[in-house]
Amino acid sequence: MLYIKCPYCGLRAQKEFSYGGDATVKRPNINEEVSSEDWDNFVYMRKSPRGKHIELWQHIAGCRQWIKVQRDTATHEIFQTAKVTEEIR
Amino acid sequence: MSQPFRLNKEGLINRNKKISFTFNGKKLFGYEGDTIASALIANGIHLVGRSFKYHRPRGFFGAGVEEPNAKLQVEFNGHSEPNVNATEMELVEGLSATSQNCWPSVNFDVGAINNFLKMFFPAGFYYKTFMWPKSFWYKIYEPFIRKAAGLGVASIEKDKERYEHKFEYCDLLVTGSGPSGLASAYAAAKNGAKVILAEDKPRFGGTLLTDDVSIDNLSGKDWAEKIITELKSMPNVTVKNRSQVFGYYDHNMLVMFERVSDHLEKKSKFTPRQRLWYIRAKETILSTGSIERPIVFGNNDTPGIFLSAAAKEYMKVYGVLVGKKPLIFTNNDSAYETALEFKKNNVEPIILDTREEHSSELIDEAKSKGIDIRFSHGVIVANGYKKVKSAKIGKLNKDKNSFEKIETVDCDCICVSGFWTPSVHLASQSGNKLKYEEKIDAFIPDKKKQHETSVGAANGSFTLEESLKHGFENGSNLSAKITETKTEISIPNVNEKKYGAHDKFWCMPLPKNENPKRFVDFQNDVSVSDIEIALREGYRSIEHVKRYTTLGMATDQGRTSNLNGLQLVSNIENKIVPEVGHTTFRPPFTPITIGTIVGREVGMEYMPTRKTPMHEWHEKNNAVFVDAGAWKRPRYYKEGNETLFEASKREAKNVRENVGICDVTTLGKIDIKGPDAAEFLNRVYTNAWMKLPIGKARYGLMLREDGIVMDDGTTTRISENHYHMTTTTAQAANVLSHLEYYLQIVWPELNVNVVSTTEQWAGAAIAGPKSRDMLSKLYPDLDVSNEALPFMGYKEAEFFGVPSRIFRISFSGELAYEINVKSDHGMFMWEKMMEVGKEFGNQPYGTEALSTLRIEMGHVAGPELDGRTIPSDVSLNGLVSKKKDFIGKNSLGREAFNVESRQKIVGLIPIDRKSSIPEGSHIVQDQNAKLPNPKLGHVSSSCWSVENNNPFSLAIMKDGKNMIGKKFFAVSPLKNKSIEVEVISSHYVDPEGKRVRS
Repeated sequence: MLYIKCPYCGLRAQKEFSYGGDATVKRPNINEEVSSEDWDNFVYMRKSPRGKHIELWQHIAGCRQWIKVQRDTATHEIFQTAKVTEEIR
Repeated sequence: MSQPFRLNKEGLINRNKKISFTFNGKKLFGYEGDTIASALIANGIHLVGRSFKYHRPRGFFGAGVEEPNAKLQVEFNGHSEPNVNATEMELVEGLSATSQNCWPSVNFDVGAINNFLKMFFPAGFYYKTFMWPKSFWYKIYEPFIRKAAGLGVASIEKDKERYEHKFEYCDLLVTGSGPSGLASAYAAAKNGAKVILAEDKPRFGGTLLTDDVSIDNLSGKDWAEKIITELKSMPNVTVKNRSQVFGYYDHNMLVMFERVSDHLEKKSKFTPRQRLWYIRAKETILSTGSIERPIVFGNNDTPGIFLSAAAKEYMKVYGVLVGKKPLIFTNNDSAYETALEFKKNNVEPIILDTREEHSSELIDEAKSKGIDIRFSHGVIVANGYKKVKSAKIGKLNKDKNSFEKIETVDCDCICVSGFWTPSVHLASQSGNKLKYEEKIDAFIPDKKKQHETSVGAANGSFTLEESLKHGFENGSNLSAKITETKTEISIPNVNEKKYGAHDKFWCMPLPKNENPKRFVDFQNDVSVSDIEIALREGYRSIEHVKRYTTLGMATDQGRTSNLNGLQLVSNIENKIVPEVGHTTFRPPFTPITIGTIVGREVGMEYMPTRKTPMHEWHEKNNAVFVDAGAWKRPRYYKEGNETLFEASKREAKNVRENVGICDVTTLGKIDIKGPDAAEFLNRVYTNAWMKLPIGKARYGLMLREDGIVMDDGTTTRISENHYHMTTTTAQAANVLSHLEYYLQIVWPELNVNVVSTTEQWAGAAIAGPKSRDMLSKLYPDLDVSNEALPFMGYKEAEFFGVPSRIFRISFSGELAYEINVKSDHGMFMWEKMMEVGKEFGNQPYGTEALSTLRIEMGHVAGPELDGRTIPSDVSLNGLVSKKKDFIGKNSLGREAFNVESRQKIVGLIPIDRKSSIPEGSHIVQDQNAKLPNPKLGHVSSSCWSVENNNPFSLAIMKDGKNMIGKKFFAVSPLKNKSIEVEVISSHYVDPEGKRVRS
């Protein structure tokens, strides 16, 4: 079971979180024209890297904040966590 | 009642307390502190089971977790448990143990015929034999194999025991209380670290209990006791015996299995049987020690053959002799300690040492005590079927591949030692890639992936001095990093015997024309020839060899067999062991009970139960409940002998004719506040929200980004910047997360807050033509006329003195209202409604009637919004705005969503107007067509229309728009039904929606 550092609450067990997918995906702006290709990429296309991956988790049984987690998909090592408004490099 | 193999004084058992038990029906006794194994051996019983494949007689081999053979069916404390390790299970009064895998008895086992047909049971036998004909598998092969093989029998009784889970955090977890573990825990404790010390066995000390050593002039056992006593007195230390750390998971999460009360004769009601600990440790010390491995020789599975250290442990811990005429067969010095222990107890051993004559401290001591030592010797084959009677021994030539001399010697036990294998299971589970250590012919931990440090024998250090030193150092350094305190501890003086080098010898050759079975893996009956066959047949990867031969795949995880198997493969393949590699170690290290994994999450505690504030009333009024997620909802209220069908028909009819009330508390409720709330709703829902007036509700539809309908519900504008959203019961949590996602990540610029208020409000729907009359009695001071409170209107008013919200919304399609009061007032509201509603013929109705009402109105719910439908599929395209953007809008333009023949919601009625159509039925053109019969759609919801008094269903059907009036078949292979149906509109009752506006 992973041990995830919520930037608001501190280290908490994975049980308290739910997974939210790739955090680097950006939704096309509302009320703006978007090409079918861009839209399809946003809705369907995801990378499945082996190694470092920046992903979203929600602290669902805690502060209910969505957070960013940089995790190694092969080893589960977590390098960094951040608020969604912050950048992970 | 004498115990022929019990020593008079030796051992740590309590001779003042006798414990009686039975084995295969025979009444026996042992002492407090015995295991089943030690008590049986004391009684001279060695034959305890039959082997897995060949049904060969098997006895004890080890004295603890390494035991491959002695798995028994054990009954105690009122339950029966299979595959109990006799070398670990402590004796308790009244325990009854029986042998497994034998019929009719362990002494006479019909299955033993397999042993004489062994040429027909080579490696891969099952794969080769039971492959064809294919149809034989389920009916003949599998039942036969299941009966013939397998271990014990799982109980079919309900487990009455209590199991618990515990979550714990610590600075340092120490796994194993041998010398290095004790030293680590002690040093860390002195630095003020929060320490957990776990010991698998009932007694602390590990090898200190059996080795002839002294520390600071104390015996090993006394020193261990001193340290444990001090650790127990420290508030920052938790010391646990009977606790096996069996799994090492991500982020230093370790899982421990504690046998809390299996050894107790009496316990209090709430004492759990076993407990599972989830331990999150900052650092872990793996002091799991090592396990002796055997040397492979002919018939090496005969009862009476033991690991040499196990024989010593039986003497020193249990005061039991494994035999009175022992052969000690070894390639190293450690077995000499066993020989000396025998000698001390006046038993004359013969030592067979594969090494050439040489000298070491232990050899010299054995010589000086007059022990018969034969160098360059080994056991070729053990004689005796149910117990060792003698052994054919041989003097090895210089190359150790043939014999200079062969003779037979009498013996009643053989104690074998092929050197030591570090227990690296936990290190490997943590992600540590192991490395092969030439010096000890075994794998030890290499580079760490997590915060784990192996010390002592687990790390390949086999001397006490080194183990203690590493223990103290690592315990101190690792904890000092955490506590930032360092207490100096002087490392104690150690007195131990120096061991000479071991012989890299692991398998006895066979003389010409002799071919006894030489077992590598006892529990799965894998012999040397099986591995040879696997390699001959082309298996190369050690993982494949393992699966083909089942080497190391039994419950003992190959603890005594893995390295010998690897040696064999490397010899045949002419590769060195590190090139062959090792198979993966997986948790659990030892078998654990399923009860422990489940813990308290059984029965009522399986998941939380959510009850509405009116639950008690429903119970008292014969409600039959249905699970809606964690909620309990009344499905119907039973009157007399009514069936579900009759009751729901009565309830639904009463709503259509008079008035009914329904507990709708479970609907998801989300409070939405903020100056941008309208803009937010406008983006979330497909329809327009910018102009909803205060005091009005609106039906809304929300999509996922891929255009599929996510949920529906009404949202009411309570005040300028305050909205009350309702969701379906099932989607409440998902919708909240969905809203939070968009507010926190996608549009953080919107000033809106959302919070779940599902549990804060109790809700009741009042539905039926007489609902307004009833409402006016509930709110005598309020104008509830159609003009003052129109469809989709909203009012706040006092309900007999308590604040309430009135929504004029309808799910049933009737004139209807929903009243919300604070949860605490829910019961008050409900009872008041029942009282006031009497004169209007009010009756409560459950979810079954609720479904009937919505289905015949053509209102969609979960079965239609099944994650595959877009708004137009369910005739809700009128709610999709063309003017504004919203979540999922761009996806609605997809080609597949816009083809003419796209699926669409329709209604179905049976041609005979009688036959109910099973939900899930497939719609086909021709019920007799050849398979695969093209599917045109499926039945999503079915009911008995109370309005028209015949069955009616909703279906999602290909090109549904153009199918109205046509006839098809609804086929349900599950219910074995085929019903001819006619397609009609999905709005079966009041298609214009006049009633809700009346």
